Amino acid sequence: MAYAEQAETEALHEPRSFLTKYIWSQDHKVIAIQYSLTALFVGLVAVVLSGLMRMQIGFPGSLAFMDASTYYQAMTMHGMIMVIYLLTALFLGGFGNYLIPLMVGARDMVFPYVNMLSYWFYLLAVVVLLASFFVPGGPTGSGWTLYPPQSISQGTPGVEWGIVLMLVSLAIFIVAATMGGLNYVTTVLQARTHGMTLFRMPLSVWGIFMASIMALLAFPALFVSAVMMLFDKLLGTSFFMPAMISLGQQLDHQGGSPILFQHLFWFFGHPEVYIVALPAFGLVSDLISTHARKNIFGYRMMVWAIIAIGVLSFVVWAHHMYVSGMNPYFGFFFAVTTLIIAVPTALKVYNWILTLWRGDIHLTVPMLFALAFIVTFLVGGLTGLFLGNVIVDIPLSDTYFVVAHFHMVMGVAPVLVVFGGIYHWFPKVTGRLLNDTLGKLHFWITFLGTYAIFFPMHYLGFQGMPRRYYAYENYAFIPQSAQELNAFITVVALIVGVSQLLFLFNLAWSAFKGKPAGGNPWGAASLEWQTPNTPPIHGNWGEKLPVVHRWAYDYSVPGIDQDFVAQTVSAEELEQMRQRSASTPIADVKS
Amino acid sequence: MNRLLLRNADDADPGGSWNRDPEGIRSAEGAGRNQIAKTGLRLFLAVVSSLFLLFLIAFIARSQMADWLPLTEPLAPLANPWQLWMNSAFLVMSSVALQWSRMSARQARLDATVIGFVLGGVFAIAFLVGQLWVWQQFVAWGYFVASNPANSFFYLLTGMHGLHLLGGLVAWAMVVAQFLRRVPLRRLRASVELCAIYWHYLLGLWFVLFALLVSTPQTYEAIARLCGLR
Repeated sequence: MAYAEQAETEALHEPRSFLTKYIWSQDHKVIAIQYSLTALFVGLVAVVLSGLMRMQIGFPGSLAFMDASTYYQAMTMHGMIMVIYLLTALFLGGFGNYLIPLMVGARDMVFPYVNMLSYWFYLLAVVVLLASFFVPGGPTGSGWTLYPPQSISQGTPGVEWGIVLMLVSLAIFIVAATMGGLNYVTTVLQARTHGMTLFRMPLSVWGIFMASIMALLAFPALFVSAVMMLFDKLLGTSFFMPAMISLGQQLDHQGGSPILFQHLFWFFGHPEVYIVALPAFGLVSDLISTHARKNIFGYRMMVWAIIAIGVLSFVVWAHHMYVSGMNPYFGFFFAVTTLIIAVPTALKVYNWILTLWRGDIHLTVPMLFALAFIVTFLVGGLTGLFLGNVIVDIPLSDTYFVVAHFHMVMGVAPVLVVFGGIYHWFPKVTGRLLNDTLGKLHFWITFLGTYAIFFPMHYLGFQGMPRRYYAYENYAFIPQSAQELNAFITVVALIVGVSQLLFLFNLAWSAFKGKPAGGNPWGAASLEWQTPNTPPIHGNWGEKLPVVHRWAYDYSVPGIDQDFVAQTVSAEELEQMRQRSASTPIADVKS
Repeated sequence: MNRLLLRNADDADPGGSWNRDPEGIRSAEGAGRNQIAKTGLRLFLAVVSSLFLLFLIAFIARSQMADWLPLTEPLAPLANPWQLWMNSAFLVMSSVALQWSRMSARQARLDATVIGFVLGGVFAIAFLVGQLWVWQQFVAWGYFVASNPANSFFYLLTGMHGLHLLGGLVAWAMVVAQFLRRVPLRRLRASVELCAIYWHYLLGLWFVLFALLVSTPQTYEAIARLCGLR
């Protein structure tokens, strides 16, 4: 029996009470909202932490409780939360959960129960992580890369409890991500509706699909390193711990390899960059196409670029380790692969620009964020070319140039897509539009603000200002001007941080009081906008599953008044639309 | 390629060939619930493979350090790994029993299915008990988890493998419970099949681990050289 037919005949874990509808829900839309709200909450914690750090850097000593340990703890938690618990969870668990079934025409994920477990494991991981703020010694302060031996040696903040909770939380997160990822990939492979071929899927689905596959294969590396480090910490093994003298004492460890940890960590860590970036690429492609009323340029190229980036991202990891003392030939190899990955990436950027070219660009809030993403990603990507070269990386390593680079390329850029995506799909989720004025205000403060924060950091990096220092006073090589720039950055960072309240207020207010949106406010062609109800009800499609007749990008089709053709419109219906639009000459669109 | 590059550049040919319904392609359905579950399981096995591959790479890399004391030395516990051979035999029988159960389920023979299925689980439990017994031997001989990286990896790898089998046994127990509740065979056939696939995979994985754990340092060195880890 075909899945689609079965789905039409079988009842689907119908929710019966408030509890099963909103709490223990197996509906992908509810799970998506649970994931998103949790991720936004924990992301807010990370924003506050960054504000505290900036206070220390910009105005040293202004916060009484901010000593070196607290600073490192804030830094570690900020990094880990943003990369894993916010971005990964939001893109895959939030956007992936909401959009995949709707975009491929499924009633739900293929394993709804596992999907629900995925969220609860994620929540558990977040709780364990946040619990480390309340244990003796506080959270770990070893930096988000958790490099041993430092991370489990005396003197590092949180060496007793914090690091253990961090590693356990990561392991739980990986279990959650695996359960989610199995769902996303299997749903895309097995539950697409009639006519939804792989090459008719919106690029959002392609991006999330590929990122999920990468997450499935890359997260085990983090799991392996977390488990082995837990052994080193709790059982006294020497997987990563070399022989060393700590506080005058010879430790029991000997022979372990810290570099081995770095390899394992970055074998996860680099694909992780693209686990965050590929969904962003996909979502932004759909935003640009929809709001420029133009089909995406080079759809197939875009798909193959996503796949190529996904594959290549597994062979570039050691470019994070140029200064680890590895064999110079390794550096050469990884520099080459790193520069090769710029080819499919640049191809995508060109295609976005060519999609915009001569498009009917609507400067809506989602579109503003999408355009800002292209610019930001370009800036971050170009500095990546600097750092991908061993010979340039070595002097720039561990300076603020690196901080500026990765914040631009995998901090700000994906977050801009998150915002753009939320402004775009919020009407589908709630049936109401987000407030436009607040949205524009939020956009301009965030966009200009992040540039004011991270552009100067490139300069600070060139000046030689090192990262990870708790206090920058009294270093002869750091000029006074750098200190003033740091104060400036802090002021802007606080403004940008506080301005996110605008966004949160907009979310809360518009969910109840926003302008009713109707089913398809943007005039989008892809399947999720063609649901019979908005917000889509349980089971998404009512009686019959939709039938797909075309790709998701039929915008501004010649000879038709309506400037988009939904994926569900058949050839006959298109012909009828054409005849109705009799005022314009019938164009020949045979392929 | 030219067509690809030029298409859409001038608002021409919107939709292009995507406007046509491809003939005969009704997307990837035809996929029943069973097919979906099988795809999910295979994906999961890919994840497990990735996990163990990374463990093994770490194993090989770490084995090249000077402090590695091989477990296969004449007086070490794995010099004569007869217990591991015995456990392997249990796991083989477990897999065979489940395969028998799977084939019987296809022929709708209820009794044979149930017997094979239960035997499969019992042999798997015997394997796990045997593994624990090996651990006990290690401890009795003074080969503790932290005393040498070779020991640490032995506990780690056999432990991870055992945990995966334990997870399989949870699924197995749930299916057994359904058999006891007299759920009809046709509704359990898929579950039996999934268990069998998972068991075969874990058997194959065990032989990879077993082979590696009882190999000599020279073999490790050869693999390390092959992988560029030395």
